[in-house]
Amino acid sequence: MGVITKVTPEALVSEGESALQDGMRDKGYVLTTVDDVVNWARAGSIWPMTFGLACCAVEMMHSAASRYDMERFGTLFRPSPRQSDLMIVAGTLTNKMAPALRKVYDQMPEPRYVISMGSCANGGGYYHHSYSVVRGCDRIIPVDVYVPGCPPTAEAVIYGVLQLQKKIKRTPVFKRQAIEKPQYAYKDGEKAPYTNREKHVGEV
Amino acid sequence: MTHIDKLHDSSKLLRVEEAVVNKFKDSITHSAYVNRELTMVVRKKDLLKVLKYLRDDRRFMFKCLMDICGVDWLGKRDERFDVVYHLLSVHKNMRIRIKVSVAEDEAVPSAFELFDAANWFEREAYDMFGISFENHPDLRRILCDYGFDGYPLRKDFPLVGKVEAYYDNDLKRVAYKEVDMPQEFRRFDEQSPWEAMTGNATLADNPNTFSEEEFK
Repeated sequence: MGVITKVTPEALVSEGESALQDGMRDKGYVLTTVDDVVNWARAGSIWPMTFGLACCAVEMMHSAASRYDMERFGTLFRPSPRQSDLMIVAGTLTNKMAPALRKVYDQMPEPRYVISMGSCANGGGYYHHSYSVVRGCDRIIPVDVYVPGCPPTAEAVIYGVLQLQKKIKRTPVFKRQAIEKPQYAYKDGEKAPYTNREKHVGEV
Repeated sequence: MTHIDKLHDSSKLLRVEEAVVNKFKDSITHSAYVNRELTMVVRKKDLLKVLKYLRDDRRFMFKCLMDICGVDWLGKRDERFDVVYHLLSVHKNMRIRIKVSVAEDEAVPSAFELFDAANWFEREAYDMFGISFENHPDLRRILCDYGFDGYPLRKDFPLVGKVEAYYDNDLKRVAYKEVDMPQEFRRFDEQSPWEAMTGNATLADNPNTFSEEEFK
């Protein structure tokens, strides 16, 4: 019988967490970067907008329901584009719907992300040769993650959200720019040449 | 006699056929009872009379208009379109199909005055085939995109359509451009494996490619 005789608290925490705990226990503070903190917050609370267009929407609902429960990843469906970070395009995008999709996307605050869910949203899918269907929602809005399937399972949607989290975590928050240094050396007592202050601060 | 035949009383529909044909001798051009379904072809000018008779007569009571469809007979018939009416009698448990033939430049009398359901069905037939209906209260497109050009279910309408939507970054809105298909539509027909293997479609069409003697 496989009886677990000894479980230490240290065995349960991952390497990163134990390093964090050690740092807190030892010094009382932890050093990190703004990028890491901001991206941790962004990736941990992706609020998708409910945008179901066809049968994919049913799988999207499954991913949010109790069995798979997307809220474990801080992913909470919102009914308004103005409160959302993510748009899951779940279903066939028709020509008639395309302007509405773009309008809703434009109403989302930045930073905003898009997951294209299912064959129809990825490239027209079954309706690729139809006269009334957009051959891929990336013709209308920029897409971050494509989830294949017809329809994709709830697990696949969640995997897509996790992939998006990965993408968010490796995206730098600030645009970094090298500071221009004066090209010539100046003599003692001479004033430093005037440089544009903004260049030192860097664009945010 | 199968189980369904026992349930289905064919004499009911045959009585309908007899009554309608007797009453509208000159209006019914064709009538057929096939596969337990009754189909009648009616002259266009008498369509409403026949529909009203079927709806109001106590023996039939076809009070439900289930569907109106269009058929495009491009190049096969002089009068290009058929309009098909499907009626249901809940009271008598019967269904009937009424067809009228109409040319491209003619209009069918609207059945809206008899059946409210005809309103949207006729709009759909107008949207998809361009069949116009006389005395329709609000004949405009119902399904296709705003500003759509052409009638998509006509046989001479290109399968992929004429325009496709895209986001124009300069205009900052969704715009339309001519359809550009990098790969043509292919029919993956499992019935003719020769076409895919040799690129020669005539092999598949010709049944005598391999004669029986060759296999002996």
